[in-house]
Amino acid sequence: MKTRGLIPWLYIAPALLILSFYLVYPAIETLYNSFFKLSSLRAPGQFVGLENYVRIFLQQDTLIALRNNALWFLIVTAVAVGLGLLLAVLLDRVRYESFAKSLIFMPMAISFVGAGVIWKFVYAFRPEIYPQIGVLNAARVAWGSDPIAWLTQSPWINNLALMAVFIWIWTGYCLVILSAAYKGIDRDLLDAARTDGANEWQVFWHVILPTLRSTIVVVATTMTVFTLKVFDIVYVMTNGNFGTEVLANAMYKEMYLFQRYGFASAIAVVIFLAVLPFIVINIRRFLEQEAVR
Amino acid sequence: MFKRSLLFLLIAAMTVGALFLFTSSNAVTAAQGGQVEIVVVWSGGELDAFNQVIARFEQNTGIDAVVNSAGRDLPSVLVSRVAAGNPPDVAALPNPGQMAEFVRQGALVALDPAIVADHPKAFVDLGSVDGTLYGVFLSADLKSLVWYNTKQLGPNAGLPSWDQLMAFTEGLAARGQTAWCIGLESGAASGWPGTDWVEDIMLRTAGPEAYDQWVNHDIPWTDARVKYAFELFGQIARNPKFVLGGPQGALSTNFGESPNGLFTSPPGCYLHRQATFIQSFILSANPGLQPRVDFNIFLFPPIDPQFGNPLLGAGDLISVFRNTPQARELIKFLASAEAQEIWVGTLKKLPINTRVNVSVLANPIAERAAQLLFTAAAFRFDGSDLMPAAVGSGEFWTAVLDYVGGADVCSVLRRLEAAADRAYTRGAATNNVVEPGACP
Repeated sequence: MKTRGLIPWLYIAPALLILSFYLVYPAIETLYNSFFKLSSLRAPGQFVGLENYVRIFLQQDTLIALRNNALWFLIVTAVAVGLGLLLAVLLDRVRYESFAKSLIFMPMAISFVGAGVIWKFVYAFRPEIYPQIGVLNAARVAWGSDPIAWLTQSPWINNLALMAVFIWIWTGYCLVILSAAYKGIDRDLLDAARTDGANEWQVFWHVILPTLRSTIVVVATTMTVFTLKVFDIVYVMTNGNFGTEVLANAMYKEMYLFQRYGFASAIAVVIFLAVLPFIVINIRRFLEQEAVR
Repeated sequence: MFKRSLLFLLIAAMTVGALFLFTSSNAVTAAQGGQVEIVVVWSGGELDAFNQVIARFEQNTGIDAVVNSAGRDLPSVLVSRVAAGNPPDVAALPNPGQMAEFVRQGALVALDPAIVADHPKAFVDLGSVDGTLYGVFLSADLKSLVWYNTKQLGPNAGLPSWDQLMAFTEGLAARGQTAWCIGLESGAASGWPGTDWVEDIMLRTAGPEAYDQWVNHDIPWTDARVKYAFELFGQIARNPKFVLGGPQGALSTNFGESPNGLFTSPPGCYLHRQATFIQSFILSANPGLQPRVDFNIFLFPPIDPQFGNPLLGAGDLISVFRNTPQARELIKFLASAEAQEIWVGTLKKLPINTRVNVSVLANPIAERAAQLLFTAAAFRFDGSDLMPAAVGSGEFWTAVLDYVGGADVCSVLRRLEAAADRAYTRGAATNNVVEPGACP
């Protein structure tokens, strides 16, 4: 049943109008600006072609940001989705499942800035003459070890420490979605596999995983998009110092502190291009699922 | 039906919102009464003190002044509001470098020079661009100070030369004690206390003239004199025996908490190099202490005798973004002795207006610092505050942190030189193939 003519357009017109006003127009403006050397948004800039883009791949801070975003994408996505999946399967078997799930989901209710502040305290490091106020270092000292400066030691300790915060927030989200999909699996299918002599590991590997594949892809691509855009946690906890810079924070600095609007726009476009394929995958999956329905 | 009316409501709400967006924020009522908005960087005790200043202003003029604190995000708040065409009437600026950038964009209002008639020429010049006044200083801070605990070092301690300073530092280290407390953490502004160290050293090893050349980028960052200043700072800050908590302690400690190590038992450290404003931090964290009785200051010592002891300082700068009668009244008041007496009297900062009686400070350390500042043979403004933001509030901070964290001095200086080449529009070393200096 398809309605033709003007009526459908009339219905989507407000949405299209608003979208093009606050999404399409700024996106085009950003792309346009990225080809200019622009030190004020109210004065014309100087056309520099692709220089801003070339600079992203030559300058040390943006190179570090590119490296870190790649690490965030690989490590955070793998760990958050992996943990979410593991917990979804394991929690299905415990009695207090909903309670445990709520606990793990809880950090989602905390803003990124709030989480950054909380974890900055968790990682706090003070010279040894003072009592340690950070949980981690207090535990280390009680254990008889030396405290560790979690946030200032580059490149592994501090970057992993920041990623842990992100994983802490998002694992609950992965868990809830994967758990819902897991519960949707026909129990007869699992029982049939077990009757055929498959052990639990084989059931997980050969039955559960393939069945959940499309959900896992959706969750993983969503997580990827979030990690490529990560900003708040890094801004609050290290401000990108000590080799923890990420693209979004570099963009923020270039835009609001250094007022290099052209270069900041180029970074924004790079983030957008990096995110784009994952959005496409996500939408394709979504359309496939809709088609099945 | 319900859905349709909801949709209608939504569209109506958005249209009205959009209209508001375009029409609001104009229309200022003339002269008498009216309103003025001022955006400031201060919070906590400093904001309380500023509110006292503003209360007096409202009392005097009947103008309603709205104070909004942007905190450490002041630069981004101002930049985005200016870019959006919605600047505050008046604002505290992060530094003269940022002021010059706003002037270049045509965002600031030129001020009447008569309001700074009682200000020292040096500060009037710092608030001017090409001879036109755009900024007024509310107060100053003297930075070349070393703080110590009189119970440890006696009432009138002093280390009159760099060699004695280092000998003292090494002597303590030999006994297993640390001489210095250094705190470089400051949220989004982390690193700035280290830039003050490098500037103070640079003034004393290369002299004020070379310092000016460095600030204006007439000499490259890879110059041997800049490298030497970094290295002397590194001799202390990178040595785990000389700094409380070692380099990682310096990187992790907040600048405001850092001096507390002077007052622990046993002492965490004996010396702390920081500006006059740190006194309010010391007093609020250690309420029982008496200035000069329990802690005191001496000047950061000369290094190369031919340059003596030039003083480093900074100040709180205010500018006007909208030319309204209320804004002009406010800036005139903030420049006056009446306003500055309230401000410095509460915070123990140093006044700019020479008609302020320093006895309002009622604080022996602040009074001494004021005398030192007013009688200085040579005075220089905080260099990082004068550099373009991408260098002075960006790469310089990062460089200090990386260097203290163990990075090679030449690698951070080469990076700084590349950042400066890009950010400066003037300066003999900008985009020039100058001699590579000490870092080829």
